[in-house]
Amino acid sequence: MEDLLAARSQMALSMAFHIIFACIGMVMPFFMATSHYKYLKTNNPLYLDLTKAWSKGVAIFFVTGAVSGTMLSFELGLLWPEFMLHAGPIFGMPFSLEGTAFFIEAIALGFFLYGWGKFKPWFHWFTGVVIGVSGLASGILVVAANGWMNSPSGFDYVDGKFLNIDPIAAMFNDAWFTQALHMSLAAFVSTGFAVAGIHAYMMLKGQNIEFHRKAFTIAIFFGAVAALLQPISGDISAKDIAVRQPAKLAAMEAHFETSKAAPLIIGGIPDVEAKEVNYAIKIPGALSFLAHGDFEAEVIGLDQFPEEHHPPVAIVHYAFQIMVGLGMVLVSLSLLYFISLWKKKNWQVKRWFLWLFVIATPLGFIALEAGWTVTEVGRQPWIIYEIMLTKDAVTPIPGIQYSFFIFTAIYVSLAAIVSFLLYRQIKAVPESLKNNTHTSSES
Amino acid sequence: MLYVVIIFLGLSLLMYVILGGADFGAGILEMFTPASMRDQLRDTTYKTIGPIWEANHMWLIIAIVILFVGFPPIYTTLSVHLHIPLALMLIGIIGRGTAFVFRHYDAYKDDMQKVYNFVFTYSSFITPFFLGLIFGAAVGGQIDPEAKSFYEAYIHPWFNLFSISVGIFTIAICGFLASVFLVGEAKRPEVKSFVIKKAKLFIVFVVLAGGFVFGASIIDEVPLVGLLFTEWITIGILVLATLAIALLWLNLKNGNKILVRLLSGFVVAAILSAFGYHYFPDLIILKSGENLSVFNSSATGKSITTLAWALMIGSVFILPSLFYLLYSFQSGNEVEKNA
Ligand code: HDD
Ligand code: HEM
Ligand code: HEM
Repeated sequence: MEDLLAARSQMALSMAFHIIFACIGMVMPFFMATSHYKYLKTNNPLYLDLTKAWSKGVAIFFVTGAVSGTMLSFELGLLWPEFMLHAGPIFGMPFSLEGTAFFIEAIALGFFLYGWGKFKPWFHWFTGVVIGVSGLASGILVVAANGWMNSPSGFDYVDGKFLNIDPIAAMFNDAWFTQALHMSLAAFVSTGFAVAGIHAYMMLKGQNIEFHRKAFTIAIFFGAVAALLQPISGDISAKDIAVRQPAKLAAMEAHFETSKAAPLIIGGIPDVEAKEVNYAIKIPGALSFLAHGDFEAEVIGLDQFPEEHHPPVAIVHYAFQIMVGLGMVLVSLSLLYFISLWKKKNWQVKRWFLWLFVIATPLGFIALEAGWTVTEVGRQPWIIYEIMLTKDAVTPIPGIQYSFFIFTAIYVSLAAIVSFLLYRQIKAVPESLKNNTHTSSES
Repeated sequence: MLYVVIIFLGLSLLMYVILGGADFGAGILEMFTPASMRDQLRDTTYKTIGPIWEANHMWLIIAIVILFVGFPPIYTTLSVHLHIPLALMLIGIIGRGTAFVFRHYDAYKDDMQKVYNFVFTYSSFITPFFLGLIFGAAVGGQIDPEAKSFYEAYIHPWFNLFSISVGIFTIAICGFLASVFLVGEAKRPEVKSFVIKKAKLFIVFVVLAGGFVFGASIIDEVPLVGLLFTEWITIGILVLATLAIALLWLNLKNGNKILVRLLSGFVVAAILSAFGYHYFPDLIILKSGENLSVFNSSATGKSITTLAWALMIGSVFILPSLFYLLYSFQSGNEVEKNA
C-alpha cells in the first residue's frame, strides 16, 4: 500500500469512527436532559430510570469519543505535518476555543455522572444541559476548522507563503455556517433515529413497553424535526458549494461538461473515461435550479478543471446519492411519525410502524458518513482547497500502512466492545427496573 | 502575549504530569497490589478519580493545541521524528481510558473484567513510559532532520538510553503521585498501611530512577548533569524538592492529607521546573546542536494574540468549575443531599 493512500485511509477511518461518538456525545445529553426534566416535573420514576440508563450509555460512548478525539489531535501531525506546519496558526482558533468547550464538557460530565444524590436536583439537571451545549459548541467549532480547509480565508498566499494571518477571519470562513448547520442537524437526525430504532425494537420484544415508549418518543421527536429541516439545509449547502467549490458539486452530480440548463442526475454509473453517466435518471434543468435557483443557469462542470485536479467522481457521486436518498427516506418516516402523532394515534402501537423505525436505526449514520465522504473526498486532491495538495502534506516517514493496519485493528475491536457493552446495557434494563425503580442509588 | 502562551503551555504540561500522572499511577499501583487487596484498592481509586479523570486528560489536549497553533515547527518535528513512540503512547491512551470506563459501566461483572483490568494496568504503564520517553527524546539531542536512513531519522532519536531512562522515571513519578494521593483516601487501616508502604517504595523508586536518568545522560553525553549543577536556581529547586521528599516521608502516616498531597505535587512541579528552567526557552534540541525554542519556532502576530486571548478567556470558565468539581468530590464533602 502506498504511503499517501495509507495515510488517507487512516485519516478517513479515524474520522469516520470519531464522528459517530462525537454525534452521540453531542445529542444524547439533550435526550437525557429532556427525560431528566420530565422526571423533575412529573416525578414519574420511569423517567429517572431512563435518564440513568441513557447516562450509562453516554459514559461508554463519551470515553470512546474522547480517546478517538485525542488520537485525532495527534494524527493531524503524525500524518499531515506539512499541512499542520502552515495551517496550525491559521485555523487554530476554533481548536483553541474547542479546548475550552471540551474542558467544560468533561467537567460537567463528572458532575452529572457522579452527582446523583449529591447536588440540588436542578443544579444536577443543569450540568447535564451544559454537557450538551458544550458538546454542540465543540462540534460547530471543529466543523469551522474543516470549513477552512474547504474554503480557506484569513491569510494572503504570496509565493508559497502564508502572510497576514487573521485567525478570526479564518474561523468565519465562507463554509463554516452552512457546514456547521448541516452537521448539527445531522447529529440530531442520526442519533435520534438510532436511539428511537433501538427502543422501537425493545417495544417489539414486549419488554417494559412503557419505559421504551417514553424513550422512543423523546428520541424520535428530536430526530424527526431535524430530519425535516435537513434537506433545506442541504439545499443551502449545495447552493453554497456551487459557488465556492464548483469541482465538488460537479463531482457530486457527475456533471462532466459545463452547460446551461444542466440536468439533475439521479443514480447511474459514472464512466470517467467516457465522461458520461450510464443508466441514470436525468431531470432537465433541475441541477441549474438547485445550484443557482434558475432552470437556465450555467453550471460549471469538471471540464473547467485540469484532469489532475478532479476529485474521484464515482465515490463522490455515489456518496451524494446515498446521503440524499437516505435523507428522503428519513423525511418520509418523520412525516409518518407526525401524522401518527396528530391523526393516527393507533399507528404507534402497530408492529409495522415500529418495524419501520427499527429498520431505520442505522440509516442516519450511514447518511452522515456518506455526507462526510462527499465533503472530504470531494475536496481532493486538495488538503487546503486550491492552496495545498494532499500529496504535498503527507508525512515523510515510510511504512504508514502498518500504522493503518494497527489502528484499523484497534478501531474494529473498540467498535466490537462498544457494541457488546451497549447490548449488555440494554439487556440489563429490565433488571434495573425491577431492582431500583424508586431509589436514586449510586449508578 | 507570547509569554502568556508559554505560561499556559508550561502550566498544562505540568497539570497533565501531576493530575494525569496520578491517574496513570493508580493503574501502576494496581499492578503491584496483591489480589486480596485489589478490589478495595480499585474501589478507592474509582471513587476518587472517577469524576475527574476525564478532565485530567484534557490538559494534554490543551498542550497539543497550544503546540500546533502556537509552535507548529515543534509539533511537526515531534510528529515526524517521534512518530513511533507517539503512536504507541496513543495506543496506551486509548486502552487506558476505555478500559477504565468500560470495566465500571459493563452491566455484568463477569470474566470480561479480567480483560479490562489487564488492558487498564498495562496501558497505565505504557502511556507514561512513552510520554517520558518523548520528553527525553525532545531534549536528548538525537533528532536529526537531515538523517538519511530510517533508523537514524525515526528510531534512534528516541531509542536510546537517555530517553528510556526518562520514560522509567516518569513511571516512577506516576506511581509516587498515585500512592501518596490514595493515602489520604484509604479508609480501612489495612488498605491505608498498604498504600503507605507503596508510597515509600515509590519514593525510593523515584530517587533511583532519577539517578538512572543522570547516569544515562552521562553515558549518552546529554549535557544535563554538568549544566544542572552549575546553575544556582536549578540547584536551589532540586534541594527544595529533596527536602520536600524528606518531609513527605515523615508525614505520610499521620500527617495532614492535604499537606502530603501538596508536598508530592510540589516535588514533581519542582523537578519539572528545574528541567524547564534549565532548557528554557528550548523545547527540542536537534542533533546539529541547534534548537527549536519557544522564540524561534513560534507563530507570529495575530495567531499568538488570539491564541493567548482564547486561553485566558477559556481559563475564566474552566478554572472555577474545575475547582468546584475537585472540591465537590473530595471525600467528606457531601454537598447537599438530593431528596
Ligand atoms: C443524517 C445525515 C445527513 C442527511 C440526511 C443529509 N446530509 Fe448532507 N451532509 C451530511 C449529513 C447528511 C454531513 C455528514 O453532515 C455533511 C458532511 C459535511 C457537512 O457539513 O455535512 C453533509 C454534506 C452535504 C453537502 C456538502 C457540503 C460541503 O461540502 O460544504 C451537501 C451539498 C449536502 N450535504 C446536501 C444534502 C442534501 C441536499 C440532503 C437532502 C436530503 C442531505 N444533504 C441530507
Ligand atoms: C468527522 C467527520 C469527518 C469525516 C467522516 C471525515 C472523513 C474524511 C475522509 C474520508 C478523508 C479522506 C479523503 C481522501 O483522502 O480521499 C478525510 C481526510 C482528511 N480530513 Fe476529514 N472528515 C471529517 C471531518 C474532518 C474535520 C473536522 C477535519 C479538520 C478539522 C478534517 C481534516 C481532514 C484532513 C486533514 C484530511 C487529510 C487530507 C485529505 O485527504 O484531504 N476532517 N476526512
Ligand atoms: C466533524 C467533525 C467532528 C465533530 C463534530 C466533533 C465533535 C466532538 C465532540 C462532540 C466531542 C465530545 C466527546 C464526546 O462527546 O464523545 C469530541 C471529542 C473530541 N474531539 Fe472531536 N469532533 C470532530 C472532529 C475532530 C477532529 C478533527 C479533532 C482533532 C483534531 C477532534 C478532537 C477531539 C478531541 C481531542 C476530543 C476529546 C475531548 C474530550 O475529552 O472531551 N475532533 N469531538
